[in-house]
Amino acid sequence: MLAMPEPDRAVLARRAEIIAALRKIAPGEGVIDGERERRAYECDALTAYRQTPMVVVLPETTAQVVEILRYCKANAIRVVPRGAGTSLSGGALPLADGVLLGMSKFNRIVEIDVADRCVVAQPGVTNLAISHAVQGHGLYYAPDPSSQIACSIGGNVAENSGGVHCLKYGLTTNNVIEVEFVTIDGEVIRLGGKHFDSGALDLLGVLVGSEGLLGVVTAVTVRVLPTPPGARALLIGFPSVRGAADCVAAVIGSGIIPGGMEIMDKLAIEAAEAFVHAGYPLGAEALLIVELDGCAAEVDHLVARVEKIAADHGAASCRASQSEQERLLFWAGRKAAFPAVGRLSPDYLCMDGTIPRKEIGAVLLRMKQLEAKYGLRVANVFHAGDGNLHPLILYDANKPGELERAERFGDDILRLCVEVGGVLTGEHGVGVEKRDLMDVMFDEIDLAQQQRLKCAFDEANLLNPGKVFPRLCRCAELGRMHVRGGALPHPDLPRF
Amino acid sequence: MTLHRPHDAREIAEIVRHAGAENHTLEIVAGGSKRAFGRPVRAAQQLNLSKLAGLVSYEPRELVLTARPGAPLADIDEALRAEGQMLAFEPPQWLNLLGGAGTPTLGGVLACNLSGPRRLRAGAARDFILGFSAVNGRGEMFKAGGKVVKNVTGFDLSKLMVGSFGALAILTEVTLKVAPRPETQCTLLLPGLSDAKAFDVMARALNTPHEISAAAHLPELSARRAHLAAEGPLTALRLEGPAPSVAYRAAETEKLFGGGVRLEAEASALFWREVAEVRALLPDGAPLVWRACPTPSRAAAIVAAVREKLPGAEAFYEWGGGLVWLSLDPAEAGPDCGAAVVRGALDGQGHATLVVAPETARASVEVFQPVEPALAALEARVKAGFDPLGLFNPGRMREGV
Ligand SMILES: Cc1cc2nc3c(=O)[nH]c(=O)nc-3n(C[C@H](O)[C@H](O)[C@H](O)COP(=O)(O)OP(=O)(O)OC[C@H]3O[C@@H](n4cnc5c(N)ncnc54)[C@H](O)[C@@H]3O)c2cc1C
Repeated sequence: MLAMPEPDRAVLARRAEIIAALRKIAPGEGVIDGERERRAYECDALTAYRQTPMVVVLPETTAQVVEILRYCKANAIRVVPRGAGTSLSGGALPLADGVLLGMSKFNRIVEIDVADRCVVAQPGVTNLAISHAVQGHGLYYAPDPSSQIACSIGGNVAENSGGVHCLKYGLTTNNVIEVEFVTIDGEVIRLGGKHFDSGALDLLGVLVGSEGLLGVVTAVTVRVLPTPPGARALLIGFPSVRGAADCVAAVIGSGIIPGGMEIMDKLAIEAAEAFVHAGYPLGAEALLIVELDGCAAEVDHLVARVEKIAADHGAASCRASQSEQERLLFWAGRKAAFPAVGRLSPDYLCMDGTIPRKEIGAVLLRMKQLEAKYGLRVANVFHAGDGNLHPLILYDANKPGELERAERFGDDILRLCVEVGGVLTGEHGVGVEKRDLMDVMFDEIDLAQQQRLKCAFDEANLLNPGKVFPRLCRCAELGRMHVRGGALPHPDLPRF
Repeated sequence: MTLHRPHDAREIAEIVRHAGAENHTLEIVAGGSKRAFGRPVRAAQQLNLSKLAGLVSYEPRELVLTARPGAPLADIDEALRAEGQMLAFEPPQWLNLLGGAGTPTLGGVLACNLSGPRRLRAGAARDFILGFSAVNGRGEMFKAGGKVVKNVTGFDLSKLMVGSFGALAILTEVTLKVAPRPETQCTLLLPGLSDAKAFDVMARALNTPHEISAAAHLPELSARRAHLAAEGPLTALRLEGPAPSVAYRAAETEKLFGGGVRLEAEASALFWREVAEVRALLPDGAPLVWRACPTPSRAAAIVAAVREKLPGAEAFYEWGGGLVWLSLDPAEAGPDCGAAVVRGALDGQGHATLVVAPETARASVEVFQPVEPALAALEARVKAGFDPLGLFNPGRMREGV
């Protein structure tokens, strides 16, 4: 189990006084201090980690967020922002001595600007609600995490979330054009706008994906796009995962960027088919789903090209959707893959490394060997187009030692991703889950540079501490110029 | 002035540590073609990155390219072209605009976050950087991001590097996401539209699903100067993609907005190159040029507001109105080069950069859009986190950064 920062006893001792002060800022139901009620917030979707927060505060206005953060700063109280709590990396895991700042009451769409194709939303609005709000204008919001009916746009900003369509349309960071956020000092800062780019440092670029460590997001403006007139999906069965992976590389190599390109392995195919009966080829070792969107002239042209490439790469079966209904059916299995795999096993861990696509075959082979080593099964469902793997490690938390074994297995997979030139996380974030693996990818100087950015925003390290970085930032020391000849700045700092 | 020409990151780190110890500042230069862009830098020494050139690796099927910052853009372009790929943000060539000196490099384009006509649809330079290595102001070599197309591990420092004008760290290697070159393109030219009508057409066209990849409006004077030498205003919409798709979308777009002239393939590419290069479309030798990025739907109103105070102002529009190139008459503009008028017209919604002006003017006028005090203080703290002694490109963006 990962350790979290030691709770501050002085803060805990003042709990009643702190709650009273927060009640003055967010009256009525805005402050939740009952034991049972607080427990509803004890974890996000990384359920293996739980901690009841000292108190939950649900502000309704930016002015309240300002006052809460000013108060917390003045009283050295830690703050953990939370959206919908669907993070898979424990980003919203509370602290025993911390305020859990829930943004769920920020649930309004503020403005729909059709002429400039953007939507201004409060951070608690769900991802899908944005697309729904502009649907009537023939527009939609492109990044589509599978959790889109539940996850908040503020959480998407914090995690830089992706989805099936981000190969072609980009991640959250490529689709957010403005953010209003409050610093831990209680300053309200706006970055970006409805215009393109800025004449200043791209702080919007770092705020997106900062996992709640730099500021509390209170408004988000996203670019929305005209809805493609049509789309078709191809369901392609392969006798080997390598064949499917080579086909993916060939499609991209031929100059086609599909709207989505996903691979499922045998275990995932079987689980999904048993769950939703989407007509998946049960004999196949790998299933490739390719979606092409655009006008019919383009889609039909590209479907034919992809069919040819698939045949050239040894596809055992290939079906192209002939109707919108059939296209949705093809996707139904993929979309239900996580719950379907969930039926095979009481618990699973969802990993999220990205690798160069050419390594997919080799990495999946190594994963098979690791399955034998750890005695646990893995189902693979992944965004093949961008090499973003989602191995699901099946385990049973009720069996002693299995969670730990699954975690060590997961760590090995992520190390493997880095070893072949990839990264620890493609879209779920570091959070607490991958925090202690950061050293695998970055050296001490790399991490110190990132922490100095944290210090520029939050010198006292009160916003979401214990996440992302394997060691707490000590801003005063990081700011000093005492590094000589590339020597490590703090070999002596204690780890969690 | 001492001139350093390091060959690798290690040498750069040494030069920086030395500069820190001796307390002298450094101007960071790659090809030198953007030296006239931004506020003039007064530094004790120059650090030239032109020896840090060349591709490090390029894997077309991964859509990933790693190169060193001194690599000439032309070389990168050639390598990509050979594989049927491109930089999707379409880096514009500003040699003529900025006076013709130097060689545009990859590092320079990234440091200035310059994007061309396709920015409208595909995103800016900042949207395509995946990772980098650099030397910070402490003389430490560090890296951030990765070499795969999708990554959220740690803070996204890569985006921060793009558009930082060398004020934070010296890039030593960058990894970019590249894209397939569209099979073909065509441009619909709609002649004779008034500014108001043109904006309406562009906004409506961009709201269709026809995937317009560039939209510009050249009022009469600009259109006359273009190599097409049109007689009146030109509104241009570009479509790219597989041939059958482009043919269909072009026909559909024409149904909506009326048939004009079609520029096919090469002719279309040539037209947009000229738009991206800017200079030819402005008055001959225009001495004061602003680049404003307003809320697109307000572009025409903003130019009208500028003209009311500065009647000699002339403009043309890219990015469907999201980019306005403004040429001002220096006599009318006065000592601030028109900054107060242009920025007043933007009214806090957007930003304006003084791209062309005499060096003395660029030293005294805020070249980049000033920011609110809280943000300025934050920027200064961020700068100090990278370059605590203020060694790199002092004052290039603004004082304190
Ligand atoms: C079934 C399932 C499927 C998923 N599929 C995908 C997928 O396809 N792609 C993908 O990328 N992710 C996916 N996720 C992960 C998750 O949904 C995303 O990370 C999402 O963006 C989290 O949003 P949230 O509102 O739930 O944030 P939370 O979980 O509440 O918080 C996430 C992080 O954001 C911070 N945060 C939240 N709101 C704010 C704010 N207003 N200001 C500052 N910081 C804030 C928190 O501190 C925390 O660090 C999936 C999760 C589940 C459970």
